[in-house]
Amino acid sequence: MKDEAVISTTDLVAKYGEQTILEGVSVDFLHNKVNVVLGGSGCGKTTLMRNILRLEQPFSGSVRFWGEEVTDMDEKEFNRILKRVGVLFQNGALMNSISVFENISIPLEQHTRVAPALIERIVRTKLSLVGLDHAIHLLPSELSGGMKKRAALARAIVLDPDLLICDEPSAGLDPETSAHLDELILDLKHKLNMTMIIVTHELASIHRIADRLIFLDSGKLLFQGTLAEAKSSNIEQIDRFFSVGKF
Amino acid sequence: MSKVSVSDSTLVLSGELTNKTTYLVYTESVKHIKSNEIRNIDISEVTALDSAGVALLDELQSLASAKGSLIMVLGASQELASIIETFSSLSLPLPESVTKVGFFERIGNEGINAWKNFTILLILASESFYWSIVGIFDHRSARKGSFYAQAFQLGTSALPIVALLSIVIGFILSLQSGVQLRNYGAGVFLADLLSITMVREMGPLLTAIIVAGRSGSAIASEIATMKVTEELDALQVMALNPLRYVIVPKLHAITVVMPMLVAFSILIGMLGGVIISVGYLDLSLANFVNRAIDVIVIKDLVISFVKSTVFAWVIVIIGSYYGLQVRGGAEGVGKATTMSVVNSIFAVILLDAIFSLLYL
Repeated sequence: MKDEAVISTTDLVAKYGEQTILEGVSVDFLHNKVNVVLGGSGCGKTTLMRNILRLEQPFSGSVRFWGEEVTDMDEKEFNRILKRVGVLFQNGALMNSISVFENISIPLEQHTRVAPALIERIVRTKLSLVGLDHAIHLLPSELSGGMKKRAALARAIVLDPDLLICDEPSAGLDPETSAHLDELILDLKHKLNMTMIIVTHELASIHRIADRLIFLDSGKLLFQGTLAEAKSSNIEQIDRFFSVGKF
Repeated sequence: MSKVSVSDSTLVLSGELTNKTTYLVYTESVKHIKSNEIRNIDISEVTALDSAGVALLDELQSLASAKGSLIMVLGASQELASIIETFSSLSLPLPESVTKVGFFERIGNEGINAWKNFTILLILASESFYWSIVGIFDHRSARKGSFYAQAFQLGTSALPIVALLSIVIGFILSLQSGVQLRNYGAGVFLADLLSITMVREMGPLLTAIIVAGRSGSAIASEIATMKVTEELDALQVMALNPLRYVIVPKLHAITVVMPMLVAFSILIGMLGGVIISVGYLDLSLANFVNRAIDVIVIKDLVISFVKSTVFAWVIVIIGSYYGLQVRGGAEGVGKATTMSVVNSIFAVILLDAIFSLLYL
C-alpha cells in the first residue's frame, strides 16, 4: 500500500454563505507518511479538515477514504471508516464533565470488546506516552491548555488508528514537550504504520516530522510534495513562509 | 484469527493480538492460567500486535506471576519487541488508590462547605449592594446603555409571559372562589378576595417565580459563561470591577422593573377576575372595580412593593452567585443555571412565607 492515497480530495469547494473558503482543492494524503498541511491564517486548513471529516458538507467535489467515496455515504458506513481514524482537535475537545480516564476510554468501550482490566492498562500506557500519567483521574477543567491537548492526543490514538489527524498538535506546548510529541508521532508511524495528517505552523516540527507538505493559500492548493521539493519549488509564498520562520 | 494453547508450562498465543481479538484471547488465556502452571508466554506465532495486544500480554504476565513465578514473554520478533517496548504498562507506576471518605466526614464536609458558600453569598450580596449605591452616583464604571438594555431584557421582554400567566391565574382563582361564594350568596365579595390575594400574595409571588425562571437563569448562564470564557478575568485585568460592571446594572434594572412587572401582573390578574365576576356572577364592572380598590389599604401596597423588590434582589444575587461559582465548561454552566433557578424559587417562596407571618 506504499504511496497510495489514504485520503484524496477532488475539486473540493467549501463555502460559508457566499464566501468561498476552498476553491477546487485536489490533494492526496499518502499512506504511512506524515502529511503536513500548512498555510497562512484563514487559508482554509481547518475547513479542509472539517470537510474531509464531514463535519461540514462540501459545496462540491469529492472526498475518498482508502479509495471509497464518502461525500454521499450514509452515516453508518462513514462511522465504519471513522473508527479507523483518530482526530485531535485544536482545543482538545475533551468532555468536561468526565475524567481524563473516562474521556480516553470512550472509544475502547464503544468500539471494541476489550476487557475492562485491559482498558485501564491501555489508557495508562497512552497517557504515559503523552507524559500525563499523573492526570488520569483529573477532570479536564483541572488541566492546563497543553495538558488538555496531550490528553486529547491520548484519546485520539487509543484505538491505534490507521490514520491520525491533528489540528495544530504542538500549539501552546513548550519546545521539549513539542519535540517529545514529534518523536511519538514518528514512533507511531513506524511501529503501527499509521498515516498522519498534521496541521501545523511550527517550522521546527515540520523539519522533524514532515514527509510531505500540502501548502494552501487563500483556499487554493499551492503545492504538494516533499519538504525538499517545497524548498526548491521557487514558489514565492513557500519561500517567504520558510524564510520568515528562520531564527 | 487468534489461538491460545498450553504446551510445557508455556502459554502459546498465535494469530492477531489487536483490539479486535483480545477479548476472546483474554478469556481463554485466563482460563489456562487458572488451571495450569504457566512459566512463559510464547508469541512467536503472533502476526499482528497493537497497544491492546500489549496490554493483554502485560495483564497475563501480571495474573500468571501472581501465582509466584516470574513470567517471560518469548519469541518476540524485533518488530513485536519494539511495539511491546512502546506500549508496555509494566514499568508504569501503579495507579494511586483513592481514599474513601467516611459517612460522618462527608456530612461534616458538606456542613463546612454550606457555611462557606453562605458566607460567600453574603459577601457577594453586601459588595453588590455597596457598589449599587456607589453606582447611583458614579456612572463611569458601568457600560453605557447597560441599564436600559438590562431593564429591557429583565423587564419588558418578560411582559408577555407575565401577562399570560397572571390572567390565567386570576381567572382560575376567581372561578374556584366564585363558585363557592355564589353558593352562599356572597359573590359580591369576589372582588375583595381577588384584590387582596393578587396585591398581597399572588402578584409578587407569581411574578418573582416567572422572573426567577426566566431572568434568573439568564443571569446565571450569562455570568457563568463569562467566567468560563475568562471574560470576567479580562475585566479584572483591565482594572474594572466585574461586580460593578456586570452585576450592578442588573440590580439597578431589576429594582426598577420588578415593581412595575408586579403592578402589571396584579392588573392583568384582576382582569381575569372581571371576566368571571361580570360573566358568571353578574356583578357590574363598576361595582367590581370599586370594591377591589376600596378593600386595598396603603399597607398592602407597601408590602407588595417591598416584597417584589426583595424578591428581585434575591433572584439577581442568587443568579450571580451561581454564575460566579461555576466550575468546568458547558456542563458547569448548565448546572449553575439549574441551581440558580431552583434556589431562587425556593428562596422567594421562603421569604414570602416570612413576609406573610410578619405582616398578617
